[in-house]
Amino acid sequence: MSLLIDIIVSAFILIGSVFLFVGSFGLFKLPDTMRRLHGPTKATTLGIGALLIASILYFALLGQAFGIHEVLITLFLFLTAPVTAFMISKAHIFRNKPTQQSLPAPKDSGWATLTKPR
Amino acid sequence: MRERFLPHPIMTVILALVWVLLVNEFSWGNAIFGLILGLGIAKLTSVYWSDRPKIRNSWAIFEYSMVVLWDIVVSNVQVAYLVLFRRGDSLRSQFVVVPLDLTSPEAIATLAGTITMTPGTVSADLSADGRSLLVHCLETDDPAGTVAGIKSRYEQRLMRIFQ
Repeated sequence: MSLLIDIIVSAFILIGSVFLFVGSFGLFKLPDTMRRLHGPTKATTLGIGALLIASILYFALLGQAFGIHEVLITLFLFLTAPVTAFMISKAHIFRNKPTQQSLPAPKDSGWATLTKPR
Repeated sequence: MRERFLPHPIMTVILALVWVLLVNEFSWGNAIFGLILGLGIAKLTSVYWSDRPKIRNSWAIFEYSMVVLWDIVVSNVQVAYLVLFRRGDSLRSQFVVVPLDLTSPEAIATLAGTITMTPGTVSADLSADGRSLLVHCLETDDPAGTVAGIKSRYEQRLMRIFQ
């Protein structure tokens, strides 16, 4: 029985590490800032998620303590990852002239980053 | 009366719950302290949250979370595939504009967050009048289709939750 639990937990840890690795690798490999953002925002979510599931399963099934801390980590991650990505992309748009010129225009307005506040 | 002492009931409940989860051990003392925190913080910050978003239809919230969770799994696999097996230069990345029908700031924030977490898209900026969202796609050959997908899959559901 405990062998089965070990196998399941190990599988989740493996999946998690693979996705974390791919996320970081994407950050290294992709050619420009906007594309690079895709790696860490996506792949790491599932990576961390799988590791947390492994942690919950391990402590719940082997009976040391039933921790739900992990749920909170997931929650905070889901709240912070998009905001970080949003701020990085805004900073990139603000600093980078070629990117600014390649932007499609919104209907009857300008992008908030490039418009002077009234 | 209720407005005065309990300006944000949902926020109070969530704060109390988060407190108990942070302590990671249920006891009545913790629960009551969490409730005090929830009431106090909700009251103190209510000045900045003058109009509370009208949220109804909790089943729609559940359905939305399930859809998003599933999409996160799918998007992770897709992005992992693109990162590992495609040359970075060969990815057809581009910006697309998503015109918004949502009006409340909370709903738009939720939509922007969802877009960042799901298949091959990162929300990059909001227009100055708050009516369009700038989205960066990692790999697309059909920008109009991507926009239509975002609108039908996420925005429609958010409309049902927030309006």
